[in-house]
Amino acid sequence: MLLPQARFSALRALRAARTTPSITASTSALARLLSTLAVLEQRDGKLQSSSLSAIAAAQKLGGPVTAFVAGAGVKGTSAAEAAQIKGLEKVIAVENEAYEKGLPENYAPLLVENIQKGEYTHIVAGHSAFGKSLLPRVAALLDVQQVSDITGIESEDTFVRPIYAGNAILTVQSTDAIKVLTVRGTSFQGVETTGGSASIEEGSDPNAPLQTEWVSEELAKSERPDLGTASRVVSGGRGLKNKEEFERLIVPLADTLGAAVGASRAAVDSGFVDNSLQVGQTGKNVAPQLYLCAGISGAIQHLAGMKDSKVIAAINKDPDAPIFQVADVGLVGDLFEAVPELTEKLKQ
Amino acid sequence: SIDSFGLRILVPVKRVIDYAVKPRVNKANTGVETAGVKHSLNPFDEISVEEAIRLRESGAKNQSPMKVDNILALSAGGAKCADTLRTAMAMGADRAFHVDVGDSADGGPEPLTIAKMLQGVVKSENINLVLLGKQAIDGDQGQTGQMLAGLLGWPQATQASKVEIKDADGTVEVTHEVDGGVETLRAKLPLVVTTDLRLNTPRYATLPNIMKAKKKPLEKKTLADFGVEDKRRLKTLKVTEPPARQGGGKVENVDGLIGKLKELGAL
Repeated sequence: MLLPQARFSALRALRAARTTPSITASTSALARLLSTLAVLEQRDGKLQSSSLSAIAAAQKLGGPVTAFVAGAGVKGTSAAEAAQIKGLEKVIAVENEAYEKGLPENYAPLLVENIQKGEYTHIVAGHSAFGKSLLPRVAALLDVQQVSDITGIESEDTFVRPIYAGNAILTVQSTDAIKVLTVRGTSFQGVETTGGSASIEEGSDPNAPLQTEWVSEELAKSERPDLGTASRVVSGGRGLKNKEEFERLIVPLADTLGAAVGASRAAVDSGFVDNSLQVGQTGKNVAPQLYLCAGISGAIQHLAGMKDSKVIAAINKDPDAPIFQVADVGLVGDLFEAVPELTEKLKQ
Repeated sequence: SIDSFGLRILVPVKRVIDYAVKPRVNKANTGVETAGVKHSLNPFDEISVEEAIRLRESGAKNQSPMKVDNILALSAGGAKCADTLRTAMAMGADRAFHVDVGDSADGGPEPLTIAKMLQGVVKSENINLVLLGKQAIDGDQGQTGQMLAGLLGWPQATQASKVEIKDADGTVEVTHEVDGGVETLRAKLPLVVTTDLRLNTPRYATLPNIMKAKKKPLEKKTLADFGVEDKRRLKTLKVTEPPARQGGGKVENVDGLIGKLKELGAL
C-alpha cells in the first residue's frame, strides 16, 4: 500500500528535477526511491515515546518506512510491539544483550551496517537522550551532516528547526545523499499503534566491541504522566522557595489535574526537583494542552521549552514578569495563597 | 595510546551571542543580527574549561590519580574569537589555537567539518581527553562531540554531570543526564566528554589572570592545516521569526483563572 505512494513521490520529485534544471544538488538522492529507517528506542522491551515520534516523522516523508530495534530478546517484545504499528513496511530486529543500553560505541556501527545494507535515504530518530547521543555518531560514520531536532518537514530534503532557543526558525535544505534527522517529539505525533502487521526480520550484527561499560542508573520514579508527552503540565520555579514548598504546592495541583510536573532551571539548580524535570532549551521541550506555571519569571531559555503549549497559564507576583507576555491567562498574586486555593477549587 | 601518564586535554570553545540577549532575525531573513550584539563564550564551553582546570587542580592536590600535562583551548571563527580564547586562558587553559574561518552570518562551518578539524588537532597534539559543551546555544545542534568520537573511534560520554578519573591507567567514570534521571558509564582514555549545566559552576577570570593570559601562546591556524575544507552540506533557505504569541491578559483572582481556562477549553 505504501509502495505506490513512494513511487508517486519519487516520480513527482523526478518530474520536478526535470522541469527545473537549477535543482541539481540532490538529483542523485532523488533518483533513488525514498526509503526511511526509523530508529526505535526501547527500554526493558518496551518502546519509548521517542520511537513513535520517529515513526510519525518517517511516515510524513512519504516513502516506505522500516523500523529498527535492537536489544536483549527484542523480537518477542519491542519489535512485536512495533510490528503492530500501522503503516510500517517491516521491523528489523537485532537481538543482542550488548545493545540493550543503547550505547553509541557499538550501536552506531550496528546501525551503519544495517543502513548500508538497506540503502535507506532517510534515517530518523527521536531527539531524546538516546537519539541525541547516537545519531551524530552515525552521521559522522556515514560522512553526513545531521539535521537536529526538526519540527517540520517541507519536502524530502527540506526541514524546519528552531535555532537560538527557539527565537528563530531555520528552514534548511540538505544536499547529503542520506538524510540523518532527529525529530522533536512534540511536533510529530499521531501514530496508530494498532492495526499494523509488519514482518519482523533479522538485522545484521557486526558485533563491534563496546568501549564503554554501563555501570548504573538512577531514574526518578514517578506515577505521573511522562513530562515530554503529558497533555497537562504544572511547573514551578524559584518562587516556590524550597523543596518542601514545591512538594506541598505544585505536586498536589499537578495530581489534581492529572498533569506531569515540570520545573524551571532555577528550581532544578536549587534542588527543589530532579534535573530530568527541567523544561527549557537545555531540558525538555513540552507542548501540552495546558501549561500551568507558578513562580517562573519566563527567561528566554525556559520559554524555549514550553511556548508551543496550547494554553499557557501563569501565576506570578511580579506583574512585569516576561511569562505574562506569552501566557493566555495570568494571575498576578502570591502563589502561596493562589496555588492551594486553585487546587482546592479544582477538586470540587 | 597513552604516551605519558598525564592528561592532555583539548577544550573546543565557541563564541556565540550572549545567552541573555534575545536574538533578532535580520531583514533579509538569512540569519540573526550579530553586528553590535554582545557575544560571549558558549555557556556549556565555559563549563568544559572549568572542568579541565578542576582536573588539573585535583591532580595537583593528589586527589586524582592522573595529573594534567596540558590544556589546549581552541576556537574556530572570525578575528574576535581571540577574545574568547583569552577568556579561556584567563580561566586557566595553557595555550590556544584560533582556527580562522572568517566571520559568517550563517554560524560558520558545520559540526561535521568542525569534528573533522578537531580530529586533526587531536592527532597532531596527541590529545587524550576532549571536553566539549553539549551544544552551542546558537545553532542548538548538539552534534560535534559525538561526531568527533565517532571519527576517532573513541568512547563518548554526553551530557556529563560528573567526571571522575578512577586510576592511573586512565579509567574514567562519567555520570551523565538521560531522560528520566542519570546513568553512570565507565570508559578508558582516550575519551570524548560533552558537558551539561550541572557539571560545575565556572569561575570568573581574575584581573591578574586576565593579564597573565595575554602572555600565553595563541597560535593562528586554518582548516587546511588539519586537512579540512569548509564544505557545506546544508543550505539555509530562510530564517524567520517564530509565530508571535500574544499574552491573553490578566485575571483578578483564582476564580477568574479557572473561568478563563474553562473558556479556553483547557479544563
